[in-house]
This record gives sequence, structure tokens and C-alpha cells, in this order.
Amino acid sequence: MSTATDRIKPVWRPKPSIRNPLLRYGLVIGTIGYLYLAFATIDVNWGRVVQGMERAQFLFAGFLRPDFVSRWQFIQSGILESITMTIVATVLGVALSIPFAFGAARNIAPLPVYLFCRAVIAVSRSLQEIVIAIIFVVMVGFGPLAGVLTLAFASIGFLGKLLAEDIEDIDPRQLEAIRSTGGSWFQSMSFGVVPQIMPRFVGLSVYRLDINFRESAVIGIVGAGGIGGALNTSIARYEFGITAAIILVIVALVYAGEYASGVIRAKVQ
Amino acid sequence: MPAGQVMALIGPSGAGKSTLIRCVNRLVEPTKGTIQLKELELTRLSKRQLRIARRRIGMIFQEFALVDRLSVMENVLSGQLGYVGFWPSWFRRFPAPVVNRAFELLERVGIADQMDKRADQLSGGQRQRVGIARALLQDPEILLVDEPTASLDPKTSRSVMRILIELADEHGLAAIINIHDVALAKQFVERIVGLRDGLVVFDGTPDELTEEVLTEIYGEEDWSLTKKRPKEGDEHDEDDDDEHDAEAVAAAARTDRAVTRGAPAERP
Repeated sequence: MSTATDRIKPVWRPKPSIRNPLLRYGLVIGTIGYLYLAFATIDVNWGRVVQGMERAQFLFAGFLRPDFVSRWQFIQSGILESITMTIVATVLGVALSIPFAFGAARNIAPLPVYLFCRAVIAVSRSLQEIVIAIIFVVMVGFGPLAGVLTLAFASIGFLGKLLAEDIEDIDPRQLEAIRSTGGSWFQSMSFGVVPQIMPRFVGLSVYRLDINFRESAVIGIVGAGGIGGALNTSIARYEFGITAAIILVIVALVYAGEYASGVIRAKVQ
Repeated sequence: MPAGQVMALIGPSGAGKSTLIRCVNRLVEPTKGTIQLKELELTRLSKRQLRIARRRIGMIFQEFALVDRLSVMENVLSGQLGYVGFWPSWFRRFPAPVVNRAFELLERVGIADQMDKRADQLSGGQRQRVGIARALLQDPEILLVDEPTASLDPKTSRSVMRILIELADEHGLAAIINIHDVALAKQFVERIVGLRDGLVVFDGTPDELTEEVLTEIYGEEDWSLTKKRPKEGDEHDEDDDDEHDAEAVAAAARTDRAVTRGAPAERP
């Protein structure tokens, strides 16, 4: 032992992840150069910023005096509509995402099914909620139905992808053991896969409920029902007191949802 | 393989032991050749027929392969999935005789008190007992056993092996046991088959498994410690309960080490 410590130790440095020094430093310099040029193209109109600051003052002044009272009926019905949309869309989305999740897991689905389900999920994920909402508003008209369809469709992509990845990560030995008992495909899923993905499934569903509520405020702006419509109207009318009231209600509900989902997810671990 | 015979399959890692037993219930599809269970040619079955045939083949796994988040009882009952419809199994409504039988099996392997615990809360030995009960609830005609003791300590290994052999005897089951621990195989089984690079290089009784044969199966290594084991074993009465036999356990521990030391030689 002593001879080993007496010897002069060689200096050790971690190996750089990019071995070629030219490429390594080239990338750093290139990135800095690009950022400089990119920032240079942003044309800031300081005059308009100052004007905007003044308008922002009105808005923030509104926050100091949020007006819950004068249009409370309006706010209340918007919030209730948002909550209803959220719950209906989440239940629908979760239910529809299950077959897609199983279909999109490479370890249990045959290739054609896998490709089809992945394609649907990819479409759902590539479109932002606002874009989907605009499409549904055109298809089924203004109102909460378009909102529900939007949120349900977006939920399929979100839950389908994350759940499929969880299914692909299961312990294959547990599934193999169930298959070896002669169970059917559905039984293998219910005994070999479902218990393994259950905590994540519940966690993701609750998380999606959370997201859907926040999104329901946004898609209202394009006419898909919910509190977003009320928010948009109040801004257009410069009724910033009411805008502030709506935003505060949304924040409070999101906090409540966040807390509830945290409690639920901790319980199912 | 005749009915009721317990056979050990030994051979170096990568020799094809696990693949061979997985070919029997076609968890792995054999590329050629045929496998028959009594009159039934397993390799020719359609998917549906295979499901029905799998009910007759119980399997026990190396890392137990219990479904961690299900209770012990649910794990055992999953052995009946081939006989029960989807909805009854989804709502865990298994026929009363089946549940009673599951009780009996859990009692037989000595863990009836753990019934409602989640499978991942049990110790290794207990988990393997659940695995054994699950396989037996299938009412199989043959047991496929893949490294039943690889993740267990020497004492637990012996008690699990003993339960396995006893139950196979009681039910008149044939069993194929993949096993790394040569000493353990020699102690418990009546027939040993040695596999090397996918080919059978030895087929005989434990007594015929000499140092030369081991070299042929595994490659050059000093087998003396491994060989000592059966001699010591002969002095003791092997049918004794090893669990209370401290000396046998100590000897076993020594042997295990010897086998592990041989491991690097197996690799190339």
C-alpha cells in the first residue's frame, strides 16, 4: 500500500466530450458569434416600450383594486364553464389515451398498430392547444364543446406518449411470467403491465387535469368557451380591475389544483 | 423426459440453458427442431392452442418475476389466468375452489401469513416461494425452473430447492431446472444434463458427473473444492433439514465461493 502512495501520481483530467480541440473551441466561438448577431437584429423601439409601460401601469393599478363585484356573475359562469370543460375533457382524454398508449408501446404492440398510434400522438403533440381550438371552433362553432374537444385531443397526445414510454420501461420479466401462465393478451396487460404503470398513470392524469384547467383559460380567447372569453372581453374594454379579478381567481384555482395533485400523487406512489 | 423426473440443466453462461427452457413454452421461438409435451407437439401450435398448452407448463424464474405491485395472493392467483375469463380476473373474482387451493399452496410453502402483503415487501426466499405457488396453481404437468436460486443465499437456496423437489414429487411433476450451482444440482436431482454452446455434452446421473466432465462443460478449472461437497454431503444425511444443519450450510457457502471463482474461466 505504502509504495503505491509514495509514487508520484499522474495528473488526471476528465476527457472532453468533444475530442477535436478545433471543433470544441470552434463551437463555443460560433455560438457566441451567432448570439451576438441574433441580438443585433432585434430592433427595439424604445418609444413604444415607454408607451407600453404606461399601459402596464393601468393594468397593475387594476391589480391593486381587483373588481370581483361588478361583474361577478360573468366571472363565475366563466370559471364554472372552465371547470366543467376541464373535467369532462380530462376524463374523455384519459379514456381515449389508454388504447393509444398501449398501441404506441413497442414492446407490446405489433408494428402497424404501433406506427398508427404513434402517428396520432405525433399529430396531437405537434399542434398547440390554440391551433387545435381554432380548428374545432370552425368545425363545431363557438362555445365549450369546441373547448372540450380541444383539451381532450391534446390530452391524448400528452398522456399517450408519456404512458407509452412508461409501458416500454416496465420490467419485462413480470410480463413474461404472466404470459407463461397461459393468460390472454388482455390478462397479461391487466396483471403484467397495469400494476406496473398504475402510479404513473394516476400521476399523469392528475397532472393533465391541472394543465387542462390552465389551457381552458387560454383557448377561451379564440372562442372555445370558458373563462378565457371573459378575460379577453375585459381587456378589450380596458376594465383592468375585472381582468385582475379573473387572473387572481385563475391563480387561486391553479394553486388549489397543484396542491391537490401533489397530495394525490404522493398517495399513489 | 419421463414423467416425474427432475432434471438439472447445467452449463456456462451463454450455453443456452435459459433459451432451451423458454423454447419449451415458446417464450422464445425455437428456430428448428420439435418439442413435445406428451402427445402434443408444442412447436406446431397456433397462438390460441399455445395459450392452452402453457397452462400445463409451470414456470419459475430467476429473479422470481413476481408482479411487484400486486399482493402475494394476487400473484399466486395469476397462475390461474389461463383458466379464468378476462372480466372475472380483472375484478379478481376467482372461483372459490381456486382460491382455496391458493391458500393451501401458500400454507404448504410456509408463507400463508404474508398473503395480503405486496410482493415487493417480501424477502428473496419468500418471493421465490410465491413464484413456486404461482406455478403450481396452474396445475402443470411439467415445471420449467430458470435459475431458482441464483439470487438467494446458500441457506435459502437449499430450502427453496428442497420445497421445489418435494412439491414436484408430491404432484408427480417432471421438472427441468437450470442451475449454476453444480453442488446444489448434484445434491437434489436424479439426472443432470450439461450444455455447452447450445449442445448437449453430458447426460447422466449426478455420480457420473466427474471432474473431467465438468472440465468438458465449463472449461479448465480446479474443481477440487466443488468435488469435496458431495463427499461431505455423503457423511451427513442429505434428507435432513438443512436449515438446521449449520455445518452443511458452511460447506455450502464454501462451495458457492468455489463455483463463483470458476466463473471467469467460463466466459471465453
